[in-house]
Amino acid sequence: MELHILLIFMIFAAIVAIEVKDLLSSVIAVGAVGFALCLAFLILKAPDLAITQLVVEILCLIILIRATINKDLPLVIEGRWIFNTVSTLSFIAIFLLFAWLALKELPGFGEPIMAVVKKYLQEGVSKTGSVNIVTAVILDFRAYDTLGEATVLFTSVIGIMAILRRPGRKKRE
Amino acid sequence: MIDNPKTGMTLIVKTITRLTVGLILLFGIYIILHGHLSPGGGFAGGVIVALSFVHLMLAFGKDVAISKVSKNLASNLESIGALMFLSIALLGFLGGSFFLNILPKGTPFNLFSAGIIPLCNIAIGIKVGVGLFAIFLTLVIVEKSK
Repeated sequence: MELHILLIFMIFAAIVAIEVKDLLSSVIAVGAVGFALCLAFLILKAPDLAITQLVVEILCLIILIRATINKDLPLVIEGRWIFNTVSTLSFIAIFLLFAWLALKELPGFGEPIMAVVKKYLQEGVSKTGSVNIVTAVILDFRAYDTLGEATVLFTSVIGIMAILRRPGRKKRE
Repeated sequence: MIDNPKTGMTLIVKTITRLTVGLILLFGIYIILHGHLSPGGGFAGGVIVALSFVHLMLAFGKDVAISKVSKNLASNLESIGALMFLSIALLGFLGGSFFLNILPKGTPFNLFSAGIIPLCNIAIGIKVGVGLFAIFLTLVIVEKSK
């Protein structure tokens, strides 16, 4: 029940984020979607994801607000509204059709298909010694994936520091 | 530099920041160290550590934050974190395979348990915290120097 209220709130906040004219209000509406998603993770009993979602949402909001607060871009809305509306509605219809086809095939909540999941839950503590099963999976059973994820973050930081450093930028004449 | 009224936000924000920023940093370190016992872990704790420095920068201006963590220190620490994670992974070859848990497991629910998992959490925490702060620092410096 709470989950459905949260989902309706998220859809409403997303529509507000698209439709509002002011850029700062739009960023704050996106933040509302993120915090509602954090609460949804808590209701679905995934506190690890909730903590990560919360802190990453705060960091993204701070960066977005600092990047957009003085650059209020004008919104172009005139012209071709019939084409825009029709294409938007048709894309929504296609998306809903494929989502319905895909969601029909999903297994029930709490009944995983993969047999290895049951093995993780039964032998996680005895094989790794870690009580938090999420940490046991991402740092022991699936540590190679975590290494790749860490490499992605490392590469992005190197890229940002290399592109935005002082000798890398052209001087404005 | 800290009490310069020209930079940063108002006195109210600065006072509250001075009281809370240490607690936020401490909470991030707690989340990193208890990653194998309670929800959280290296990534979430690292972001909280980065947020404490971002908090410092927003309240006091960028000079104070740079005096705490300079850009060179940030990139060095990030590389150290990445290399530490990779070397923990390579140490598994002592026992035979990549990412093998070579340290003793200990008893569950203890702080010193689970072998290499706390070490991996610490490495990821250093890397993520410093890396995200470096991204924010670089973006702010570029925006100011235009």
